[in-house]
Amino acid sequence: MKTEVTIAGVRLKNPVMTASGTFGSGIEYSEFVDLNRLGAVVTKGVALEPWPGNPTPRVAEVYGGMLNAIGLQNPGISVFLERDLPFLEAYDTKIIVNVCGKTIEEYLAVVERLGDSSADLLEINVSCPNVKEGAIAFGQNADCLYEITSRIKKKAKQPIIMKLSPNVTDITEMARAAEAAGADALSLINTLTGMKIDIHKRAFALANKTGGLSGPAIKPVAVRMVYQCANAVTIPIIGMGGIADGEDAVEFLMAGATAVSVGAMNFHDPYTTLKVIEGIEAYMERYGVNDIHELIGCVR
Amino acid sequence: MGHKKKTAGTVILQREIAPQIFDMWIETDLAREAGAGQFAALYPKGESMLLPRPISVCETDRQAGRLRIVYRVQGKGTREFSAYAKGDTVFLSGILGNGFPLMEAEGKRALLAGGGIGIPPLLELAKELRGEKTIVAGYRDKNLFLKEDMEKYAPFYAATEDGSAGTKGNVLDAVRERGIAPEVIYACGPMPMLRAVKEYAAQAKIKAYLSLEERMACGIGACLGCVCKTTKKDGHSHVKNARICTEGPVFEAGEVDI
Repeated sequence: MKTEVTIAGVRLKNPVMTASGTFGSGIEYSEFVDLNRLGAVVTKGVALEPWPGNPTPRVAEVYGGMLNAIGLQNPGISVFLERDLPFLEAYDTKIIVNVCGKTIEEYLAVVERLGDSSADLLEINVSCPNVKEGAIAFGQNADCLYEITSRIKKKAKQPIIMKLSPNVTDITEMARAAEAAGADALSLINTLTGMKIDIHKRAFALANKTGGLSGPAIKPVAVRMVYQCANAVTIPIIGMGGIADGEDAVEFLMAGATAVSVGAMNFHDPYTTLKVIEGIEAYMERYGVNDIHELIGCVR
Repeated sequence: MGHKKKTAGTVILQREIAPQIFDMWIETDLAREAGAGQFAALYPKGESMLLPRPISVCETDRQAGRLRIVYRVQGKGTREFSAYAKGDTVFLSGILGNGFPLMEAEGKRALLAGGGIGIPPLLELAKELRGEKTIVAGYRDKNLFLKEDMEKYAPFYAATEDGSAGTKGNVLDAVRERGIAPEVIYACGPMPMLRAVKEYAAQAKIKAYLSLEERMACGIGACLGCVCKTTKKDGHSHVKNARICTEGPVFEAGEVDI
């Protein structure tokens, strides 16, 4: 049975990776999961300088999901290169580094620092709903997205994946803009902006008031958007949004995703990534699928 | 792969020991590594609930592999836990967090200060801590849960908000009334109490170890959801925001900006 897939020339042993921000740089989860089994590890967003993130509470549970407003707390690219990347290099898995910034210049500087690193692919976060400047601003306007994508593409030594926001009227417009600007792949979806009010305290559940909704609650929205984008562009798509098991992953593959990411469900069960890999294999076994490509985009 | 794991335990005993306060013994090998001030993350089975609930170690029987938790029903998840009966499976991961530094009490008079649902972790601490120690616990009312358990290990004084038992007032009111003069403090409780303990310790020029609490998602240090402000650069992100689940939950009072 063949589960190998290729994203922008990078071969993954299976299509299962981790959604940025839910898996750190793999260090913490390596106590639970053999990282060698994963198709790739996608790291938490890294900026040029350390970012402190938002005030707490930063997370809240909602029905079938959760809200987060971490605000991209991260140690900055220098610490990342010295500590986090060497940790991942020891594993037989692909490394996808998620890059964030407040200005195009910041994104470019991080991408440049990663140029000679062991990162296999770069995922550009233009869709975080929880930081005020940059980030999502680039992902909600097709012209801005085109500009940042084309400028990063010129600078980047690795292929680039643009991570799209679902908080737009028409996500295919963004997908097309990114593709036209030279993106090698797309990741979708980032979280949906949401809100929770604690009625006992008469206060917002999150200090940031709003947060990004993730988890099984968003899966149908994500599957729909993956399907729409897969039909709008020819570059590969990494699908994510509430994937909890192999069957969820197969659904994304059928909608047109070449690979999938496990996000919030890592919190529900630290072994979810492995469960997804095994579940995909069980599905293939059950239906006599020899090559995972038979599933990708098979529902049209 | 390391020593943390998610596992299935079995409920040995559960009872309500005060209104909405539940006492559960769980058979699990996580008990063998559990120490005072550490916690386990309990996963509700209800499918609408995504996140584990961090609950501190109240007592551990390492040899028998039995872990005791005492928790308050606060919402949907803890309400589910409270309905578990003997023989039921409980999903939990651990053991998590740093725990109380026992060495800091050597040769010193220690005060173990707890407030409300911050009282349970003091039981295992009282068991493990050697030397002279006094427990002062602040309750809402005369439902002094865990009082008898703690009296086995150290002199115990209560404070109640309504004055129905012990000193009327808070933990520090009881400390002053009883003339307790600690040389080191271990505290767990609501934030106003921890702030007061921090101030008390600063004035007395002694160290205080505070167990903090925050909304958590992963519980293992990956998501950066449960941070607290620190006075120095934290070891993870270098931004003066330490992870309560990993660098904590216990911090020396001077290290945190609360």
